[in-house]
Amino acid sequence: MGENETILEVRDVSVRYGAIRAISNVSFSVKRGEILTLIGSNGAGKTTTLRAISGMVRCTGNVRFMDQEIAGTRPDVLVTRGLCHCPEGRGIFANMSVEENLNLGAFIRSDKHEIEKDKQRVFELFPRIKERLKQNAGTLSGGEQQMLAIGRALLARPKLLLLDEPSLGLAPQLVQTIFKIIREINAQGVSILLVEQNAHMALQVAHHAVVLEVGKVAMTGLASDLAKSDEVRKAYLGHG
Amino acid sequence: MSGELQQLVPTMMPSAARALLKGVALPVASALVLGLVMQFVVGPAIGAYPASVALQVGISVMLAVSLNIVNGYTGQFSIGHAGFFAVGAYVGAGISYYAALSGIDPASGQQPSQALSNGAWLVWNDGQNFLFSYGEWRMILASIVGGCVAAGLGYIVGLPSLRLRGDYLAIVTLGFGEITRVLLTQTKPQIFDRDELAATHAKDWVIPPMGGATGFSDIPAYASLMWVWFFVAVMIFFAYRVKQSSTGRALLSIREDEIAARSMGVNITKYKVRAFVLAAGLAGLAGSLYAHTGQVIRPQEAGFQRSFEVIIFVVLGGMGSISGVVLAAIILSILPEALRDLSEYRLIVYALLLILMMIVRPKGLFGVREIWEFWPFTRAKKSEKKVITP
Repeated sequence: MGENETILEVRDVSVRYGAIRAISNVSFSVKRGEILTLIGSNGAGKTTTLRAISGMVRCTGNVRFMDQEIAGTRPDVLVTRGLCHCPEGRGIFANMSVEENLNLGAFIRSDKHEIEKDKQRVFELFPRIKERLKQNAGTLSGGEQQMLAIGRALLARPKLLLLDEPSLGLAPQLVQTIFKIIREINAQGVSILLVEQNAHMALQVAHHAVVLEVGKVAMTGLASDLAKSDEVRKAYLGHG
Repeated sequence: MSGELQQLVPTMMPSAARALLKGVALPVASALVLGLVMQFVVGPAIGAYPASVALQVGISVMLAVSLNIVNGYTGQFSIGHAGFFAVGAYVGAGISYYAALSGIDPASGQQPSQALSNGAWLVWNDGQNFLFSYGEWRMILASIVGGCVAAGLGYIVGLPSLRLRGDYLAIVTLGFGEITRVLLTQTKPQIFDRDELAATHAKDWVIPPMGGATGFSDIPAYASLMWVWFFVAVMIFFAYRVKQSSTGRALLSIREDEIAARSMGVNITKYKVRAFVLAAGLAGLAGSLYAHTGQVIRPQEAGFQRSFEVIIFVVLGGMGSISGVVLAAIILSILPEALRDLSEYRLIVYALLLILMMIVRPKGLFGVREIWEFWPFTRAKKSEKKVITP
């Protein structure tokens, strides 16, 4: 594993919620500059895996981010190192304005000038956010909230972005838009670990994919290969 | 590079000076103006009794503004705020009283007995000390010490308990208030005699002579309308500044969504503790000022009733809205006086008001917003903007 190849390496990570084993011995790695998607059905442990990586839950095993061991590091510390988790359910600060939400995204930064530049970048990606700057974030539509959540995460200048179900509860057309933007963000140099229920879309945008089944890695490989594999087609893509 | 710097320096200097002026001098000056107006215009105009009510209103406002930092901005439910208030009151009162008892007031040359009985009103009026008497400065110092002690306790209580969520924090803080109350009843009788005081040793202060259950009395009444309202204004400015700062944004984000706040890089435990310490310190300061308003302070100050009163100010005013809780504190402190005959039913009225508010305005009087955000002027501006954007 060369220094420039792998940005995140997860090895034998297990998480327990009390007596229940949520994930056991999950291993995979994300290459610098790629999109890796984690797919699987409900309860497969996708969100738990993300939480273990970002330090939201305790885990056993090794997580290496940019060649540093990070298992057990607090999420707020990881943000300063460039690992940003965009949690499931968007996690918008509903009673604050869109602008305040964005400012919180840049909470760990103090370089005002650069923050302003990054904001402009976010506005380019999401023109609708710019129109609603003064509005309460809670009044945004679902799609706009998701855009805000991603835009906000980008303001932390992540090197690796963990996205948890960005397409959740969105209209099909919006899902297309969101995935297009995920690709754009990736093209700008941000590595992305994407958790999705929508395996069809996820496999289209991702370079590599990991399939989780009841807390274990069932398959790994190139996203395009997995999309063609019979098992995946049967289980996740709805093709007989 | 150096040329750029040379160009920068003169342009930076006035802006730094302006920031200082805006940030410190202006608030302090306006607080002073408010204090002076309360002392010399409002006080005399409304008469002695309403003036004493105005003192208590000021204390209530301070408590509301301080608790708002924890319960309002951060969304943590503390119900032991009166504990910090009482700690500040006892520490401040102890320093002021025993310092006054042990020595002659060097500024006025009065014997301690006189110095004790002469409240700030008299000092102001006797013409000897045109501006501030020595005792008043001592009160300020004692209040700052009281605030610091309360803040320290806030840190000790907050650090372990703020890792807990919701209900548990409420239980811990409730316990803290009750423990404080019980401990205060266990203090030794107050010392009234100067010679007796001189004869005490350090070991006599292990359990301080703070009057036990009968309370601590004869505290020099230096907290005039001027000082109380000066600190009210300073505290409001301070609370507003905190709300606008990055700390404030972090606190608000914790209230909104802890997981999202963490994923933004907010160390939630650190910020919760910070809010708790700030609130405790301000409550302690308010407590010390209260002790100096000519009151006998009793262990009950730390009790649940007072904590509950402050919570009502915050909930009714709108969790997080400074102007809202200030208004609620003022109204709810004056109301029992206005309805003197019904004052025994105050808690019933409070409960009814709370229920009514929950139905009519579940987010409090102003919600998270400030009063000026409701002005028709700002409304018009907002709707204009909406028209422009398609």
